[in-house]
Amino acid sequence: MQPVGAVVPLKVDIAEKTFRSARGVSITALQDLSFEVRQGEFACLLGPSGCGKTTTLRILLGLDKDFSGSFQLPQGGSNRIAAVFQEPTLLPWRTVEQNVRLALPKSLRAKNLDGLFDTLGLAAMRSLYPAELSLGLARRAALARAFATEPAVLFLDEPFVSLDEQTAERLRHLLLTVWSARPTTALMVTHNLREALMLSDRIIVLAPRPTHVLGVFDVRLPRQHRNSQVMSDLLRSFHHRFPDVT
Amino acid sequence: MTASETDGTRDAPPSMSGRRSLATALAPALTVAVSLLGLCLLWNLAAGVWPSRAFPGPGQVWQVLLREAASGDLLYHLGVTLGRVAAAYIVAMIIGSVIGVLLGSYRRVDRFFNPWVILFLNIPALVVIVLGYIWFGLNEAAAIGAVAVNKIPNVVVTMREGARTLDPSYAEMATVYRFGRLDRIRHILLPQLQPHLAAASRSGIALIWKIVLVVELLGRSNGVGFQIHLYFQLFDVAAILAYTLAFVAVMLVIELLLVQPVERHATRWRRRPA
Repeated sequence: MQPVGAVVPLKVDIAEKTFRSARGVSITALQDLSFEVRQGEFACLLGPSGCGKTTTLRILLGLDKDFSGSFQLPQGGSNRIAAVFQEPTLLPWRTVEQNVRLALPKSLRAKNLDGLFDTLGLAAMRSLYPAELSLGLARRAALARAFATEPAVLFLDEPFVSLDEQTAERLRHLLLTVWSARPTTALMVTHNLREALMLSDRIIVLAPRPTHVLGVFDVRLPRQHRNSQVMSDLLRSFHHRFPDVT
Repeated sequence: MTASETDGTRDAPPSMSGRRSLATALAPALTVAVSLLGLCLLWNLAAGVWPSRAFPGPGQVWQVLLREAASGDLLYHLGVTLGRVAAAYIVAMIIGSVIGVLLGSYRRVDRFFNPWVILFLNIPALVVIVLGYIWFGLNEAAAIGAVAVNKIPNVVVTMREGARTLDPSYAEMATVYRFGRLDRIRHILLPQLQPHLAAASRSGIALIWKIVLVVELLGRSNGVGFQIHLYFQLFDVAAILAYTLAFVAVMLVIELLLVQPVERHATRWRRRPA
């Protein structure tokens, strides 16, 4: 295995992405969208709902190949990518543990997952089926699946939507815990500014359709120092720079 | 870091005691037994009211059954027919499922081949059997092939419906995590198709064994169909019924001991109603 330090960033340069509706009307979703995420950095794509964040992520995940432009994924270590979708997308006919192991490459299938399951509080739920889990727990299983693969880059698509604030907050802390254990280049899509300020090193602010980058907001402060006082300061300086973004 | 209290499991599966699970397993079988016994009584009554060689009672049929079983004929012919049913079933399910999933996944292919499916759906079983024997000779392959061809269009239609209900988000997850081809079939495709596979199997087995009998009657020298043809010429209704009921019993045992347990295993992940 190569050292994790190989410095190839996540580089995105999408010239245009157009949807064609059933009636033949074409809608430009993305235009000249370019940004970069450095190696080992946690970045957020922040923008209002329906502004093409998920579209961007689908392109980067290789699920949508109908666009013009290019992107480069981080290399080094494994070249695997991992994703946490808006829905947990666990296979209902496999147990939590089988769901996690199935996502692993053959060479890692037998790997010890005790630590990961313990950290995420899933140790007692390994043999349950997804239908027996609450949404919060299913989301944790989806996180476990993503981190177990030891990816070179991790994509998260609003992984904490439709959870109550308390559960979402705990999941954010859990995400930080597992992420800090093995910092991976990560790109998370969110429309929640507070969440972005709490989690990321860099916030890429998007403008509505056709989506392009409005600006980049770097948060240089280590995460453990981001208490409520610091957070409100961050919020204020963010609003100062991007007065139109809520 | 520990598990939280607020988002615990919704309902942990209750640990079932051995006795209770045994009782719940036996209850359906008991109902079936009582129901069949009632039918036998009704039959006995009717045969008593109208005694005729063309309508023997259950006692007579039982005598013939014992005689045929003792001579070994019954077991031999049942085995031969069962083998043909199994072979035709496997061939029809595999070919039908592959074609059905392809048609369900690709709209254009479906549009082109849909008339073919309708055509084959409406060709009478007898025509396929006769043509099979004429073209390929009076042999085992022609017999099994003819039965399979009769069943394939039904499987295609059911599995095409199943493929249309596939959830693309699972396929996308599999793409992102780079599932291999076999893993995709085993963990993504088949579990989603399971209800449709079960439906196709259920209707398939019943249809197939009826067609196998015709195939045997027309061009084979063994099997339940051949025996029924023989006893038809001898006008031995008791023997005809004995063979028929014996085979129905075999199918019932297969349903209870094979189909239902397999189905229970395949749907173990569904949440039981509380």
